[in-house]
Amino acid sequence: MTQLTGHSSALDFAQPEPVDMASGKYVKLWQGPQHPGITGNMSLELTLDGDTIIDCKTHVGYLHRGFEKLMERRSFIQNFTVVCRIAVPEPTFNEYLYSHAVEQLSGIKIPERAIWLRTMNLELMRLASFLMWIGGMSGAFGQYTVPNWTTAYRDFVLDLFEEMTGARIYHMYIVPGGVRAGLPDGFEKRARDIMDGAEKLLDQVERVMFNNAVFKARSKGLGIITPDMIDPYGIVGPNARACGVERDIRKDEPYLAYDQLNFETITGKDSDAYERAYLRLQETRQCISLIRQCLDKAPKDGPFQADMPNVLHWKIPAGETYVKAECTRGEYGYYMVTDGSEFVRRVHVRGPSYTHAIAVMERLAVGNNIADIAGLMVSLHTYPPEIER
Amino acid sequence: MSLKDLLSPFFVWQRAFEKPYTTLRPTLDRPGAPAYRGFHINITETCVGCGSCQTICQNNAIDMVAVEAYAGRAGDSGLRPRFDYGRCCWCGLCVDICTAASLRMSNEYAWISDDPDSFHFTAGVDDKPWQDNELGYRRAEGYHLNPPKRIEMPMLSAQESLKSFAEVTLGYNEEQAKKEADRCVECGICVATCPAHMDVPDYIHSIRDGDYEKGLQLMYRTNPFPATCGRICTRRCESVCPVGILGEPVAIRWLKRFIVDQVDKKDYQRILEKPIASTGFKVAIIGAGPGGLSAAYYLRQQGHAVTVYEAQATGGGMLRYGVPSYRLPDAELDKDIDHITSIGVEIKYNSRIGKDVMFESLLENYDAVFMSTGLSVPSSMRINGENHARVLSGLQILADVASDRDPGIGKKVAVIGGGNVAMDAARVSRRLGAEVTILYRRRISDMPADEEEIHECQQEGCTIVPQAIPVEIIDADNKQKVCIKWGEAKMVDDPKGGRARPVLQEDKMHTETYDCIISAIGQSSNLDYLSKELQEQLAFEWGKLTPAEYQHTSMKKVFVGGDFANRTADAISAIEDGHHAARGINRFLNPDFYTALEKQEN
Repeated sequence: MTQLTGHSSALDFAQPEPVDMASGKYVKLWQGPQHPGITGNMSLELTLDGDTIIDCKTHVGYLHRGFEKLMERRSFIQNFTVVCRIAVPEPTFNEYLYSHAVEQLSGIKIPERAIWLRTMNLELMRLASFLMWIGGMSGAFGQYTVPNWTTAYRDFVLDLFEEMTGARIYHMYIVPGGVRAGLPDGFEKRARDIMDGAEKLLDQVERVMFNNAVFKARSKGLGIITPDMIDPYGIVGPNARACGVERDIRKDEPYLAYDQLNFETITGKDSDAYERAYLRLQETRQCISLIRQCLDKAPKDGPFQADMPNVLHWKIPAGETYVKAECTRGEYGYYMVTDGSEFVRRVHVRGPSYTHAIAVMERLAVGNNIADIAGLMVSLHTYPPEIER
Repeated sequence: MSLKDLLSPFFVWQRAFEKPYTTLRPTLDRPGAPAYRGFHINITETCVGCGSCQTICQNNAIDMVAVEAYAGRAGDSGLRPRFDYGRCCWCGLCVDICTAASLRMSNEYAWISDDPDSFHFTAGVDDKPWQDNELGYRRAEGYHLNPPKRIEMPMLSAQESLKSFAEVTLGYNEEQAKKEADRCVECGICVATCPAHMDVPDYIHSIRDGDYEKGLQLMYRTNPFPATCGRICTRRCESVCPVGILGEPVAIRWLKRFIVDQVDKKDYQRILEKPIASTGFKVAIIGAGPGGLSAAYYLRQQGHAVTVYEAQATGGGMLRYGVPSYRLPDAELDKDIDHITSIGVEIKYNSRIGKDVMFESLLENYDAVFMSTGLSVPSSMRINGENHARVLSGLQILADVASDRDPGIGKKVAVIGGGNVAMDAARVSRRLGAEVTILYRRRISDMPADEEEIHECQQEGCTIVPQAIPVEIIDADNKQKVCIKWGEAKMVDDPKGGRARPVLQEDKMHTETYDCIISAIGQSSNLDYLSKELQEQLAFEWGKLTPAEYQHTSMKKVFVGGDFANRTADAISAIEDGHHAARGINRFLNPDFYTALEKQEN
């Protein structure tokens, strides 16, 4: 299927021969930065032979942000309002990892209730993110009904966020030291109702999108990731699990309350676009189960914040740490260095999209049809903001 | 792929008959969630304008602007936050840090205007439809971004403290001081409130930086008695500290003490400013209390030759003879006074004006005179029999103990009064082994004494009998003992809204015999050193006077300050009077310089 022009295999990292553009045989086409699909502001520079891609280059730089640098000039508490913007559809993973890193370096231990509320918050986020992704996946193959269902249903999850945190997108709920509030009255009932509805919706999505001749024909065999690519490319998350590699930080190195939740790592067999999509559908269902477990087990009262120093003069002892969590796309990490001052010395944000959208995408695109590029991109579930921190 | 895969997608039609998810806007409104972070609300009455919201805002979306309605309000900066919605990101950190919990958010989220400038607004001042909105984000109960509780001062236990006159408070260690210093939000409301306008936020900052020498320098700019004030200041700063609105105020006094405790006396000369070159002017100061010595210090800094006349054998005035050493050890007071003398201030002890030196001769021999002789005569209770030999004055007992004399109080004493002198007299009596009852005419909550002193007094085993009015003093045991007749009082509210008045209930009388009765109901000034004419010329009324600008009196060369020239009658006010008079005397001595300076400024 996928034919790698100039390379013998996905693991051949030799520089390919440059194509002779002057021959008039090839065409260069820029896909993006504005293009169908939900992957946002990045672009692919495609070299085409007819409508077959023979070379792909990822370009970023359309967001002009520099969050890592911004953080070096803001106090530890101020940064928590900045980090959520690094990945728009999944702000809470940033909030959690930033807070966790700060807590580790300053020796703060958060209370039990905050641990559970954080876990629930992260799982709700995973659900909202997957619902949006399903829409993108379906839309990328020209089917616009499912996106309408799922993105609209995602808004119900955002309603829950609005109640729980006070905002729909930039929740700013997980704060260094704990969380900002407990659950509002009646939240549990509404959350359970929305989980029931989401479960029904996923059944319908499976029926319409996955049991679909067109979708199957176009996505099966598209962009196969083989197990031997996993480590050299640094592939993580559902992209790795879909080819049978059991790798999930929630299980491997449990954080927050994940060691007290009942769930199994889901794996697939051949990581093609269909398999990856189907695996994510199953993980969305798993997510609903995890949220229900959190609702059952989270303590109803007690403190939700550790004792904090005055955050206006908060200095953190010199040190460094790397913290990680399993986001929808795999391992998300924060490397943080402090120097004893009121500011962080350096933060490095490790987003899984960096490798998925650059190294992996550039390799998998080659040999495919131009019409399948959007679908391939979405099947890797990439967010450009993570590349450009 | 199967036939099912071809047919299954047609299931979508089923959804065509379901109720849509979407809301019909703008026909139907969708309010924000009850805790939604929408537009800002500020309860400006509660807000004190500390500016923590401005400090924490990472977008610089908040400016503190002057609001006329709150200008000059006590314990208030007169500023209120103005929001710039071109910058705000609705994170709500301003709400979280708000010291008064006056700031919150409504659940309104739609605001349409064609005027971009209208998106600057001062919440609570500019009329907005959401100001009275009950819903919206507010800080959750139990969530703090600044510890509400202060670091407790290590103290001797009540049992331990009764054994001697050793200092009761032990002082913070470095870790405790740094933690406490961290709680300051650097609003500066304390600076405005402190009579001496001490630079509190900056010296607290120096603790966080561990730079205690800088802290000491900052304190000496406005107060040459930091070791003293670090222990016994009436700390009006703490009563307005915004951190104290929802929690406990920053322990400003203990932090001041911590800085002084860190610097050795022998380093003072090196660290602190030295006087400028001599100007040739001579200034006389009457009274070596906090007011007189403060004036002496700042006048000497300006290069004038300063001589202080003191009737007692040592300096400090009420600080030495009125404040017991368990609150202010002599060594600490000496630390302050020694620095003042070390820069060249001359103190003539045992020189009573009017007896050893005449006031008129001071007027002749000096270029200016500063008077600060305080309140040294105990007030009378105005009841029958109070001239009994066993009725002692609180001031006398404190002075006796300070001078290592035995006041001879006996084993069972009653203290009359509810001020600091009464509490001190009671606690001193406890330390001398007496059983102490305090009689006060109003309620405990009405007592003018420091709350902390009342508490410690009770801890040390003094019994306070509130609403007890002394009626008569009767001799007992042939002048060896004394009996007091007192009646219970009923509190009657003042119809004009003033403080409640105690009214004697004739039918509820008690009598009790004591070894002695200590009267501590107030003091007045001793002006014997001034002739009647001079007293009149200076416009003394009831032993007190109100000075003009720069503590000047109606006499050309004479400036006044301290307890008899201000209403508050505490050490820090006297210190500021002295400092202010020093400025005034400096202007008086160099009129040309200041006129030129003012011209230049205008």
